[in-house]
Amino acid sequence: MPVAGCDVGSLTAKAVIFEQGKILSQAVIKGYTKPEESAGEVMQLALEKASLTMADIAYAIGTGYGRERIPFVHEVESEIVCHAKGAWWNSPATRMVIDIGGQDAKAMRLDENGKVVRYIYNDKCASGTGRFLEVMADALELDLAEMGEVGQQSTEKLTISNQCVIFAETEVVSLVNEGKEVCDIVRALHSALANRVASLAKSIGIDQEIVMTGGVAKNSGVFKALGEGLQLEVKSLKGIDPQINGALGAALLAGEKAKGSNH
Amino acid sequence: MTMVAGCDVGSLTTKAVILKNNQLVATSLIRSKAKPQESARIAMDEVYGKAEVSEREIQYCVGTGYGREKLAFVNEAKSEISCHGKGAKWLMPSVKTIIDIGGQDCKVIKIDASGQAVKFVTNDKCASGTGRFLEVMAKVLGIDINELGSQTAKSKSPITMASTCTVWAQADVISFIHAGVPLEDIGAGINLAMAKRIATLANTVKPEKDICMTGGVAKNAGVLSLLEDLLGCRFKKIRKSDPQLAGAIGAALFAREQITEK
Repeated sequence: MPVAGCDVGSLTAKAVIFEQGKILSQAVIKGYTKPEESAGEVMQLALEKASLTMADIAYAIGTGYGRERIPFVHEVESEIVCHAKGAWWNSPATRMVIDIGGQDAKAMRLDENGKVVRYIYNDKCASGTGRFLEVMADALELDLAEMGEVGQQSTEKLTISNQCVIFAETEVVSLVNEGKEVCDIVRALHSALANRVASLAKSIGIDQEIVMTGGVAKNSGVFKALGEGLQLEVKSLKGIDPQINGALGAALLAGEKAKGSNH
Repeated sequence: MTMVAGCDVGSLTTKAVILKNNQLVATSLIRSKAKPQESARIAMDEVYGKAEVSEREIQYCVGTGYGREKLAFVNEAKSEISCHGKGAKWLMPSVKTIIDIGGQDCKVIKIDASGQAVKFVTNDKCASGTGRFLEVMAKVLGIDINELGSQTAKSKSPITMASTCTVWAQADVISFIHAGVPLEDIGAGINLAMAKRIATLANTVKPEKDICMTGGVAKNAGVLSLLEDLLGCRFKKIRKSDPQLAGAIGAALFAREQITEK
């Protein structure tokens, strides 16, 4: 029977429906103030895509910042465990997952069985999270989704010296006033964010292979800059949207539970 | 006779003073412009006008603040730490610890009997615990930054801010506004968060009495009184002049030393 994973993050909600080693359907929506509303809507969307109803789901696991308020799940699991699970399922060679979400960033190291051996988390400081890019996109009047592409046109290497989002925003405004090109500023912002997350990851020791997940992994500029910051190759999930990795991990765990209860 | 000037170019405000025979004869305080040179020029012209002196009559001028290296007219640039220490000592001779909260930084300086800095800690990396934090919060609340200080006295149950980060705290404040929490309780919570952050920084250098507060945030009565409670002592109130001028005064005192040593 199909199982489900639901990841309610700070900015988006994700759901994955999984059966017999395959993803049946997935959905991503922009979140609402209330996690229960986001969870309900994204789950409904994923169910519709798979032509199923909630009654068909054998087991469901919730994760993410709003996980305690998802009404329909059987249990909840931490984001760390779910992200590790998703990435390891995708590629068992994975030894490190670096996830940049809308309001946090995390790095975790896995052993050869996919078990998390060390992890680190930042949700205290907006710098080094997706919010950093959101604020900067606003300041530069760009769409968040187009930032990766804009940065690719850069020809001049600039450096953002401030880490703090508030101070970096002022720095960006000064760079614009100095007549610097937006694409060059954007590339510098990608590097600033990537370097911040790279140093977070380095603090628990780097192990290859490294996989980048989370919504920010869709930004090609940050993805590339993270590899540069670590001076190592960073991989993306094979054939899977990096944003649904947490929900996928939750669904995989739900699958294990469902199997366990059948025996 | 000695006639010297000090100019402190900060991120948000620029200050200039003229000292004539160790007496403060004129001061100016303006909002900083985009370029430090421009800010300094305006503040200096204003202070010359008030003192009714011309630039030629100034024997020596010292610059300080974040824009100090860009000033063409100064004879010398000195660090903010040494200028603040010296200026605060002149304003309040009994002072041993100075807590200076500026627009974009916070410094806690311990000085010896001669006014020289012996130990200090600064934060200019994170907007939280600087004037910028209050500026951002006042904007979210839709009030003038000068109205923020009085909210502490008005509030009976200040909110607790969960986040230190200015960006997250901004989101917290928006939720409190939406939840219909009275303005004074939110404002008081903001002042408390600010005071806590500064107390943590200050405690790393073990502040000693007398303590003076300088910088623009010293004008926020709420932060001031909460910080006194957290550090367990009353601060000495500087009355000789505006405490925000401490850096510029210190710069002018360095300038004076140059003249008198000659």
